[in-house]
Amino acid sequence: MLQFTFRGVRGSIASPGSKTVKYGGNTTCIEVRAGDELIILDAGTGIFPLSQTLFPEFPLTCHIFITHTHWDHIQGLPFFIPMFVAGNSIKIYGGQDPVTGNNVQDVLSRQLEYAFFPIREAELSADLEYISLSENQVTNIGNVEVVNVLMNHPAIDYGYKVTCGNKSLFFTGDHEWPYNIYDPEDDDYRLFEDHIAQKRKSIIDMIKEVDVLIVDTAYTDDEYPAKKGWGHGSFSSSIAMAQEAGVKHCFFTHHEPTRSDESLEKIFKEALDKCPNKPEYPKFYLAQEAFTFKI
Amino acid sequence: MGDLHQQLVQMVDKMPAFPGSVNKVLQMTSAIDCAPKDLVQVIEHDPVMMAKILKLVNSAYFGLSREITSIKHGVVFVGLNTIKNLAISIATMGMLPKTGPAGLSMNEFLLHSLGTASIAKLLGKQLGVTSDKATDYFVGGLLHDIGKVVFTQFMPQEMERALKRVEVEGISLPVAEMIEIGADHAQLGGMLAEKWQLPHALVTCIKEHHSAELKDDSNKVLDCVIAANIIVKQVGFGSAGNLIEDRLPDHVSARFGMGLDELQDSIRNLDEELEKATAFIRV
Repeated sequence: MLQFTFRGVRGSIASPGSKTVKYGGNTTCIEVRAGDELIILDAGTGIFPLSQTLFPEFPLTCHIFITHTHWDHIQGLPFFIPMFVAGNSIKIYGGQDPVTGNNVQDVLSRQLEYAFFPIREAELSADLEYISLSENQVTNIGNVEVVNVLMNHPAIDYGYKVTCGNKSLFFTGDHEWPYNIYDPEDDDYRLFEDHIAQKRKSIIDMIKEVDVLIVDTAYTDDEYPAKKGWGHGSFSSSIAMAQEAGVKHCFFTHHEPTRSDESLEKIFKEALDKCPNKPEYPKFYLAQEAFTFKI
Repeated sequence: MGDLHQQLVQMVDKMPAFPGSVNKVLQMTSAIDCAPKDLVQVIEHDPVMMAKILKLVNSAYFGLSREITSIKHGVVFVGLNTIKNLAISIATMGMLPKTGPAGLSMNEFLLHSLGTASIAKLLGKQLGVTSDKATDYFVGGLLHDIGKVVFTQFMPQEMERALKRVEVEGISLPVAEMIEIGADHAQLGGMLAEKWQLPHALVTCIKEHHSAELKDDSNKVLDCVIAANIIVKQVGFGSAGNLIEDRLPDHVSARFGMGLDELQDSIRNLDEELEKATAFIRV
């Protein structure tokens, strides 16, 4: 059994209000149920409503995989209630910051410093374990396999592929396909293109034919040029990725904080209308808070 | 050498980069719209920044499943912002002095490294390597003397004595370094490169660039760097303290099918390429 529930689908900053009621205002968090295991992808503000549903499962064992440590993906971590309760066992996985050498534990410790939070990391009662991941590391949790894939964002960002039996899903975290920093007339343009093609292949190969792709789709194609280099995808780039990887279902997420439910549906429809041919798969969806999908 | 090596490995982490590139990186990155290709160019022209960034992206922090062989490669695989922030973190460590031991001009040293890099790349192209692979030749040339930067920075007194021996006794710098330090810059650089998990061909390039013999792990990049290192001295471009010009080893000569003078004459655009290197440093 592999199913997931969106607990936060918003990018950048939480956006509550009457205009985001349908798709939700919490930042990134995905609850994945794989066999008997609970795997949580990212700890944006959406992890708080998730944590409130978990009391019946105490003592709880869960695995939190952090794609990257930008605020909207970790802001809810100090409010993950199971961390405060003895008997719970929580493993937190993530990359290591190459600039400072900090790992996920350092990040959580800083979030819980005196100036930011009243409880220190040392005072958390649950059994906490931190795991720093290398690229393409395979983590086995029961009969579930999680593999991290290095994506492209202005931080080290790991996408995660979760496989349980013959079912699989992949979440990109935040991702913009690398683009050429040279102009076509520059000597280095061609070489850079080759590197980009290699990188694209390395990602596509990892996610080939997953059942579900959950992909950062922050911008419309019209918005993208002004946001190039910010590290997020567009409807066109996400649709192309889903098609190239041959996935069955593709969920667009990381909705812009200023995007109302109404405009989100409008741009979604426009994006799909632009697709030249519409085979049965991939099927496309807007990620919606509290929506559960069983693979 | 074991203890010395350990000592230097730790010190090298704090080694600053060359003044020009430090200033450029700090200046460029203070603007939010800094052009990525300009920043990459600065990093690619500084042996210390290049070595340190290649070290980091090939280290266990990333645990990448492939070797990163150039800055451009790094930009695509680990992201532009990460490379930019690595460069900033190196730039904020300070800068190498303009003059090293025994009056060694670090600017001349940089010209020597850049000249070797440019010539090695041209020689590589002459041997028919693709522009993708030609980058490895440039990187090999740029980093071949990295051990020398470490000696000048962390063992200035010993290096001063070695440089004086070169001048007074007319011996080669590696020989003088052996006398004064107990290791030469090629050995040290090679060991650091190995420790930093740099690509194997690059390690060989640094370790064996003074070697006259054909070794098991000799490679095309190394041969081009050996030849470039000799040609750059012959044309009097920059200086890295070694006044003795090596003889072009027979196997290198055989690789190109010609002797040193003929090889030098065969390089098209040599002056143009060296002028580019000078212009870059002047800016």
